[in-house]
Amino acid sequence: MKALIAMSGGVDSSVAALLMKNEGYECTGCTMKLYENDTVCNYKKATCCSLKDVEDARNVAYRLSMPYYVFNFTGDFKEKIIDKFIDCYEKGITPNPCIDCNRYMKFEKLYERAVLMDCDVIVTGHYAIVEEKDGEYFLKKSVDTSKDQSYVLYSLTQEQLKHTRFPLGSLTKAEVRKIADENGFINAAKPDSQDICFVPDGDYSASIEKLSGKKYLPGDFVLKDGTVIGKHKGIIHYTIGQRKGLGIAAEHPYYVVSIDAEKNTVTLGDNEDLFTTTFYVKHLNWISGKAPAGEFRCNAKIRYRHTEKPASAFLIGEDTLKVVFDEPQRAVTPGQSAVLYDNDYVLGGGEIVSEP
Amino acid sequence: MIYADNAATTALSEHALEKMMPYLKETYGNPSSTYLFGQKAKEAIETSREAIAKVFCAKPSEITFTSCGSEADNQAVITAARLGLRSGKKHIISTKIEHHAVLNTLKELEKEGFKITLLDVDESGIVNPENIRDSICDDTCLVSVMYANNEIGTIQPIEKIGAICHERNVLFHTDAVQAAGHLKIDVNNENIDLLSLSAHKFHGPKGIGALYAKNGIELSSVIFGGAQERGKRAGTENVAAIVGMAAALKESCDNLDAYTKKLIPLRDKLIGELKKISGSKLNGDENLRLPGNVNFSFKGVEGEELLLLLDKEGISASSGAACASGSLAPSHVLKAIGCPDDMIRGALRLTIDSDITEKDIEYIAETVRTVITKLRH
Repeated sequence: MKALIAMSGGVDSSVAALLMKNEGYECTGCTMKLYENDTVCNYKKATCCSLKDVEDARNVAYRLSMPYYVFNFTGDFKEKIIDKFIDCYEKGITPNPCIDCNRYMKFEKLYERAVLMDCDVIVTGHYAIVEEKDGEYFLKKSVDTSKDQSYVLYSLTQEQLKHTRFPLGSLTKAEVRKIADENGFINAAKPDSQDICFVPDGDYSASIEKLSGKKYLPGDFVLKDGTVIGKHKGIIHYTIGQRKGLGIAAEHPYYVVSIDAEKNTVTLGDNEDLFTTTFYVKHLNWISGKAPAGEFRCNAKIRYRHTEKPASAFLIGEDTLKVVFDEPQRAVTPGQSAVLYDNDYVLGGGEIVSEP
Repeated sequence: MIYADNAATTALSEHALEKMMPYLKETYGNPSSTYLFGQKAKEAIETSREAIAKVFCAKPSEITFTSCGSEADNQAVITAARLGLRSGKKHIISTKIEHHAVLNTLKELEKEGFKITLLDVDESGIVNPENIRDSICDDTCLVSVMYANNEIGTIQPIEKIGAICHERNVLFHTDAVQAAGHLKIDVNNENIDLLSLSAHKFHGPKGIGALYAKNGIELSSVIFGGAQERGKRAGTENVAAIVGMAAALKESCDNLDAYTKKLIPLRDKLIGELKKISGSKLNGDENLRLPGNVNFSFKGVEGEELLLLLDKEGISASSGAACASGSLAPSHVLKAIGCPDDMIRGALRLTIDSDITEKDIEYIAETVRTVITKLRH
């Protein structure tokens, strides 16, 4: 069996490569070059896809006697990920580009390469588990729940799951680092990547302005009743639930409750205003390949760092799901993904929308 | 395996290796030493210098050894810039299809206040000498035009460009890294003031290059230290590599007629075969091209995928120039000749050498055809 290992230069994918090798796979390593560093940051700072990361990945691949390639996917990444990211912010919604990257880059584009290279499976360092039973594939949370990444993988199809391996699913991060260390990998102590790779330092608005080359118009901060209470710097600077950086002096703190791109307004309110029980999800994917029938119970996770909470859900259209939490949840944000779980198993998910 | 990437590097010639061996094993003395053992090494350097000079109809004192072609390019351009500065001239003319060794040096000089004019080329990649004439002004201190392009193999009208430069009293540098050992070059007849070359492109060892600078041009150092190379290039000389370069260059040039006679028909056969593939386009000029260079674009194909599949079938080829990370960067050369974006992505460079057989050519053509059909499915 042949495996194509997606290597970022980090410790996780390096250990994933080693584990596949030990399992007896004929492995090839690769790194996807997704963007030019100077197009995303104004300053020289190592992020993923930097030369240093490529060198780290190459070093590990050669140490494991694997052929290694760098694939230039900058064109596709710009079109499918960066442009959409900018577009979302301009529309006042908050995207999760990592999910799109997994969907379009890793499990579509890279998988095409894998097929071309006669590889049977594609391997990543994600913390998640693929289970197979009677020919059906299931996506399950990793054993190390603090590292679980099943959330960002909800878009996988049965066909993709069949050809995907996540060798780290049953390991803890500490175990992974130990394996890297024992094998003398140069990146054993490398810090985990944080945030979005093409947004250095987590400065979203600066990145959006640099990538789009646009300046965004200031507008009004309003209250729910329409009262104007101040000026905002442009809607791309805000996300729902945000409190800091509003620049409004008031007796009690204000929070961003909603963003209206058409009117170029940002609505502020109290923390209580952020809590909702009902929301809608579109662009659905179901791991089993089909939607559950009727109303069903699940645990819904509405962003990467949210702990999933009990909810009921049912389809109200072919590609629209209504989800009702048992308890109100804070800052359900359009553009983020909602992922539904049955205990440790991912049922499916989609993108949160403001209206059905 | 069929190696079809000779523009990237070539196999070391047996003859050159043989000449190098004594200097790797027995005669390892430092050429700067005073004792006889060191002098033997020094002598080998000087003999090599003479041999190299002779190939280009130059004088031995006009050859300086460098660590590679890029260093020679750097030193040539920086020398001309420093000389220009002395008389207040801060304008340099070059082309959009130069190697990055020249382009990035110019970029650095631009930061220092030099004005850089990068000329367009026509759709086969040729610079119009008249454009050079028109661009030269009183402020111009250098014209740098590569002898032959590394990607599309186009050979420039060097003699004419040189003549124009001399008419206007401007230094003329040519990056001859792809041309040396593959084309006959005469620095005097072709009005060349500065010329860069690299040994591993003509079956010499890697890590050695040379810069020809016409007598009277005072080279500026880019590596500072000891007084090697008449104080123009510090660092203990790579004696064996220098000997290897001279041997390989002489060997290549001695066989140049036979090489050209054999290779051009094979190149043209391959071009003819690849032209038959639908949606294919030859990049570069039909006739004014290096004897071993074939560069095609295929519509609807990604170069990276093409290379992977060719690699699998035992053909080592390239697509444009590799960027630092080892991935493929869109070619500035293909862009400059007006190649549309999708055709730039689908570029394939095959650079063959005289050890190739007719059967190899047929195999390459057939494999490219099959692979492209597969990729287009």
